[in-house]
Amino acid sequence: MSDHEYTPKSKVGKWFNDRLPLLTLANHLTDYPTPKNLNYWWTFGGILTFCLITQIITGIVLGMHYVAHADLAFQSVEHIMRDVNYGWLIRYVHANGASMFFLAVYIHIFRSLYYGSYKSPREVIWIIGMLIYFLMMATAFMGYVLPWGQMSFWGATVITNLFSAIPLIGESITNWLWGGYSVDNPTLTRFFSLHYLFPFLILGLVVLHIWALHVPGNNNPIGIDIKKPSKDTVPFHPYIVIKDAFALLIFLLIFAFFVFFSPNILGHADNYIEANPLVTPAHIVPEWYLLPFYAILRSVPDKLLGVIAMFAAIFVLVILPWLDTSKVRSTVFRPIYKQFYWFLVADVLILGYVGAMPAEGLYLLIARVATAYYFAHFLIILPFLGMKEKTTPLPLSITEPVLGGSADMAMARNNSDFKEKL
Amino acid sequence: MKIFLKLTFLFVIISSLILSRAYAAGEQQELLKVDWSFKSFFGKFDRASLQRGYQVYTEVCASCHSLKHLSYRNLAEKGGPEFTELEAKAIASNFEVTDGPNSDGEMFERPAKLSDKFVMPYANVQEAIAANGGAYPPDMSVLVKARKGGANYIYSVLMGYDEPPVGMELDDGVYYNKYMYGNKIKMSSPLDDDIVEYADGTKATVDQMAKDVTTFLQWTAEPHLETRHKLGFRVIIYLSVLTVLVYFSMKKIWSRIETKV
Repeated sequence: MSDHEYTPKSKVGKWFNDRLPLLTLANHLTDYPTPKNLNYWWTFGGILTFCLITQIITGIVLGMHYVAHADLAFQSVEHIMRDVNYGWLIRYVHANGASMFFLAVYIHIFRSLYYGSYKSPREVIWIIGMLIYFLMMATAFMGYVLPWGQMSFWGATVITNLFSAIPLIGESITNWLWGGYSVDNPTLTRFFSLHYLFPFLILGLVVLHIWALHVPGNNNPIGIDIKKPSKDTVPFHPYIVIKDAFALLIFLLIFAFFVFFSPNILGHADNYIEANPLVTPAHIVPEWYLLPFYAILRSVPDKLLGVIAMFAAIFVLVILPWLDTSKVRSTVFRPIYKQFYWFLVADVLILGYVGAMPAEGLYLLIARVATAYYFAHFLIILPFLGMKEKTTPLPLSITEPVLGGSADMAMARNNSDFKEKL
Repeated sequence: MKIFLKLTFLFVIISSLILSRAYAAGEQQELLKVDWSFKSFFGKFDRASLQRGYQVYTEVCASCHSLKHLSYRNLAEKGGPEFTELEAKAIASNFEVTDGPNSDGEMFERPAKLSDKFVMPYANVQEAIAANGGAYPPDMSVLVKARKGGANYIYSVLMGYDEPPVGMELDDGVYYNKYMYGNKIKMSSPLDDDIVEYADGTKATVDQMAKDVTTFLQWTAEPHLETRHKLGFRVIIYLSVLTVLVYFSMKKIWSRIETKV
């Protein structure tokens, strides 16, 4: 943190800043010392902020034309697609934006897992991040219900029915959520209301997330504590700003490709069929970004335990800073953890895949093994590995690999060079 | 620990193998593929095909299938069949709509105008189901987007009527179709050679009509497809140029310190 006193040059500026130190804040943000070895995996924080703002702006415009009513919602979406000026663009940006948002958040989370960014002293940043992620999933789920297509309706039915698994009060809770005895108009209107509210809660948490980040400062690819400001850091502006802008543009190119040339590939065809409570689709699948959790839910034979397992899969991430006992942050210096890390990535991808498949036969078996492995990774492997693993020597600073183990430093270098080229 | 690592590795390999094989096995009858003019980066509709497609829709499909999200004015809009406004008005005036109430409080019939929605073949869903042996003919406005496989699927179903395989029992009013989900469909083969007479002299083969009406339905599902492609191309160019500029600015800025970006 840049702790030097800041005084605005102009008189007016000084007058204002004494009353509300916005200029001090702006100065802090531009000067904020950032490790200079951050690779491109660190640009996703900025990308995510962009995604959130995009979703909010496009969402507000969509909200002006959308009608939250079971009889009119589907029609109003078609009205947006056909008659509203550039309505098709706004809706496709919003719909694909959700997917891009999740793509970015998954990269952001797995970056944190790779470089140990969740470890002391950054546990609070991590927990706020997990809260954001949880709210994102709730928001995305409710947003997917709004077009009132077949997947909207049946997805909402499946997910809200999960609460009926709670003993004794489950059914009352489900009816309370629905505002009736099935998913219907009251469900749609409250989902719309909450879908409009949650992004602003997320925005508030994002501010806290960044605030909490600015206390200890950024982690970095070799995961060591660095002196700030020093030869190891660069001011946020212009160095990190321009690098984030470059990465954002690459991200936007992919985003634009989806929006303009393949806008429906990430959605489900059934959602262009108007909701019909009398016809159940052959397979009810959530959006791709929820599939791993859906697989975990279905892999447990008991409904209540399945729901518990699904929520536990998220909760286990929240307490991750205390499950990982290793003091070394970066995977670069943890040869065995590195392999387990990639297994976890593969495991989550497998879970995502079987989540999209019918829960039967081999798929179910694989889902069960993958679920067991998911929990084993966090609850067994991480605590023990942290105590047993022999890590390679850490350098003392980013600029000066002063420690004798130069071979390892070369490895660290190569690794970060490699990441930079990506 | 080593053994555990190996076991995990084994699991990943085996499940990937199983999943990829299961995926290959799970594929349905492969759809017929057409080299549509509206696919690809610069994809546009074939204007003549759209107009013929509208003719097929209105003379064949429209007796059962509605297009409830479309208005007659859409027929004259840019990026669609682009009938002239006069033609579109003439088309609309062929249909009767109920309007009102008038100053006497009575509903009345009048010829449709450009601003009217496409007239529906049935008054309500129940009537449609009753008239079609218990199967609801789906609204076709977004049908292409509502089916996996999109345009190729619609085309395949239109071309997929065949004799049922030996041993397959079909109820009355159920037909065999190679590409339909479950291979059973309640719509009899809608197209026959020369069932419509094209104004532009194109020979109305089943294949030609299937292509034309599919093209038309792709447009009804995505009326702004051409604008989307055109704008998309510009956006990609703009972003690419900006990316290059920002890249060199970044290089320049970071050259002040030794670290590479």
